[in-house]
Amino acid sequence: MATVKLTINDQEIEVERGTSILQAAQQLGVEVPHFCYHERLTVPANCRMCLVEVEGGPPKPAASCAMACGEGMVVKTDSPMVKKARKGVMEMLLINHPLDCPICDQGGECDLQDQAMGYGFDRSRFHENKRSVTDKELGPLIKTVMTRCINCTRCVRFAEEVAGTPVLGQLNRGEDAEIGTFVHELVKTELSGNLIDICPVGALTSKPYAFKARPWELRKTETIDVMDAVGSNIRVDVRGREVMRVMPRLNEDVNEEWISDRTRFAYDGLAKARIDRPYIRDANDNKLKEASWDEAFAYIASKLDGLQGDEIAGLVGDLVDVEAVVALKDLLEGLGSPHMDCRTDGSRFDPSVRSGYLFNSGIAGIDEADAILIVGANPRHEASIINARIRKAQFERRVPIAVIGEAVDLSYKYAHVGTSLKDLKKFAKDYAENVKAEKPMIIVGSGVFDREDGEALHAELHKIAEDLGCIKDGWNGFNVLHRAASRVGALDVGFIPQAGGRDFTGILEGTRDGAIKAVYLLGADEFDARAHIGWKTFTIYQGHHGDHGAARADVVLPGAAYTEKDGIYVNTEGRVQLARRAAFPPSEAKDDWKILRALSEVLGATLKYDTQVELRKRINKEFKLIDRVDEITAEPWAKFGTKGKVAAGDFVNPVSNYYLTNSICRASDTMNACSMEFKAQNEDYLEAAE
Amino acid sequence: MNRFLQSFLLVEIVKGFALTLKYMFFMPRVTINYPHEKGPISPRFRGEHALRRYPNGEERCIACKLCEAICPALAITIEAEPREDGSRRTTRYDIDMTKCIYCGLCEEACPVDAIVEGPNFEFSTETREELFYNKDKLLANGDRWEAQIASNLLADAPYR
Repeated sequence: MATVKLTINDQEIEVERGTSILQAAQQLGVEVPHFCYHERLTVPANCRMCLVEVEGGPPKPAASCAMACGEGMVVKTDSPMVKKARKGVMEMLLINHPLDCPICDQGGECDLQDQAMGYGFDRSRFHENKRSVTDKELGPLIKTVMTRCINCTRCVRFAEEVAGTPVLGQLNRGEDAEIGTFVHELVKTELSGNLIDICPVGALTSKPYAFKARPWELRKTETIDVMDAVGSNIRVDVRGREVMRVMPRLNEDVNEEWISDRTRFAYDGLAKARIDRPYIRDANDNKLKEASWDEAFAYIASKLDGLQGDEIAGLVGDLVDVEAVVALKDLLEGLGSPHMDCRTDGSRFDPSVRSGYLFNSGIAGIDEADAILIVGANPRHEASIINARIRKAQFERRVPIAVIGEAVDLSYKYAHVGTSLKDLKKFAKDYAENVKAEKPMIIVGSGVFDREDGEALHAELHKIAEDLGCIKDGWNGFNVLHRAASRVGALDVGFIPQAGGRDFTGILEGTRDGAIKAVYLLGADEFDARAHIGWKTFTIYQGHHGDHGAARADVVLPGAAYTEKDGIYVNTEGRVQLARRAAFPPSEAKDDWKILRALSEVLGATLKYDTQVELRKRINKEFKLIDRVDEITAEPWAKFGTKGKVAAGDFVNPVSNYYLTNSICRASDTMNACSMEFKAQNEDYLEAAE
Repeated sequence: MNRFLQSFLLVEIVKGFALTLKYMFFMPRVTINYPHEKGPISPRFRGEHALRRYPNGEERCIACKLCEAICPALAITIEAEPREDGSRRTTRYDIDMTKCIYCGLCEEACPVDAIVEGPNFEFSTETREELFYNKDKLLANGDRWEAQIASNLLADAPYR
């Protein structure tokens, strides 16, 4: 790569050709104030705040974000000319910016506020009337105060480039210039919350968080998100015990600096419909009655007394941390039960080979891929952050993308080449010999395995991945896109049917025909337990929300939600990440593994660890998870799946409503409002189309 | 010699008594009969807190939380949410008067002159709980003392 040498403030630096002066200055640690420039968006150079002096050039300041470094340039970022220019730009930006910082939610974390303090002037010479702009309606998530807008167009560029929903734009000219939606459309993207972060002023702020708190009064905890299997890095801001907001954290390998709307806005569900004490179902009126921990444990012990090990089963839901999964597995093994499964969506695949269920190339691998085939998935709904990466691959490098499955709006262009396995086989046959791509990638949605012959399909996909050249030295392009945060972790620790054990559907059948007499649901809310679990089966539910599982349960044990416990999560690419406690669980609720540990003692199968450290040591000894925190390892490619016939049938996308995919979302008012709003708008359009 | 004479003749003591007697009989009285008489107080006097209203009855406080942030004694607690008309208002504004050190920084920080320390210093109570002021109490204080607070602010304005 060709490099150029230049001098910034008497410091010499060598950078790649094409680097802007602003980026070079940042590399040196020289601060150049800016508003419109954002490193992940295109460069419009319209705020003019980043002006610097380039010696030898034309005798005027240059916009450093848009000017590439040249050989031998001498740049000054703090000369009198630059200072004067900045002061002038600042004064002009503040001409029309209202002085309403005290009522602005951005106050305290506002770029304009900070930079006005640092580079501005303390009075204005503008005595005319300030301009005012009508606020825009952008849906239930984003609050707009457009008078505060400084027309940096970051939001316009974000919507167009990253989210792929070009509904925002700059309208009119001169003083009338404003940001708006062209046809009064809502910002219909699963990444809309990022507009709030990206706005350097308080024009776009969070509606659910409006006026709730100030940045300086929040306690910040860096943790991991569980709304999907991406494992986005987040920061949970808490005041007292209440989660006030969720913000993204930078991790180039996972979520860059974006998070999806579910991650950002579902937090209000954490305060609603919570299970805060143990409950026992009264045999007389069939209602759940409050109980103490001792009563609940004694009741469970009395009900499990006399049951054989193989009459007990355990299921793990979507939001459970690895510690709790291992504790439940140890407990079930202690009781002698082989019946356990974590795939409560009913999917069937061969979990014996790790590379068979991972997103092998890694999320960052999408940046290297040069052809992408999506099979039976809607990444936009199943993992919005991954969808944004795929879009980036197409936007920046024109990577061809093909889809087999439902033809949905993915926010980028793709070739729709079929809907079923037959089409996929035909596609593979046609292209098997002449795939030109160096690093082709196949992304398989976890929903495709939700069928009787899932394991045979798994074997077929193995073959197709090889045929299409996805498997090479140093490149594994076979990717399974999971939806549940707990899934890969639970598969890694082997929470799957043991020798002679039943899988998810087998367990449910067993409850109906009487073979399974007791079932332990650990946060398993993603299936209708009332409809599927036999009425005679003794059901224990342990979790944090009163949802499907608790509605059926005979005993309910209150657990901790993801912001309330330290836990290990493994994301879809097999990256082990540690979640940290931001607040304490409500009332009587406890960490999930502690509940299982306490229960095991009552049941006479005491688990051999008393502290989380001991439990993590035990997990690490067998599964080596802690050793691999925050890194992914290339898994060896091996044969998986069982040979068999695969029935015909189209791939169906598993997520029907993006906003209501787990128990926290379903309890969240914001998510329900979104669900209503976007559904209503779709119907409006359908009506208009007719 | 001179010093010896002065101490021998008790000049200092005579002078002292003379001053005392002068104040006793010939100077104006300075002590006041407190509950019935009160001394003058400065317009800057920092007494009991009050939340003010605009002349149209709208409360001034906009829940910016600057007073909460600056309070060195952490005596102020504020919670806020959008009011029905969408404006930013507090749902809770508590001052723990037992924590308060009457430094006046809340008043300095307030961008809308909502929280003020008024001229009232006679608010002792019989129980501790009565000193945990809430928003209603503070607004009632504001309504009661508004005339005097406003004139005090006006009097002090030229010096700010």
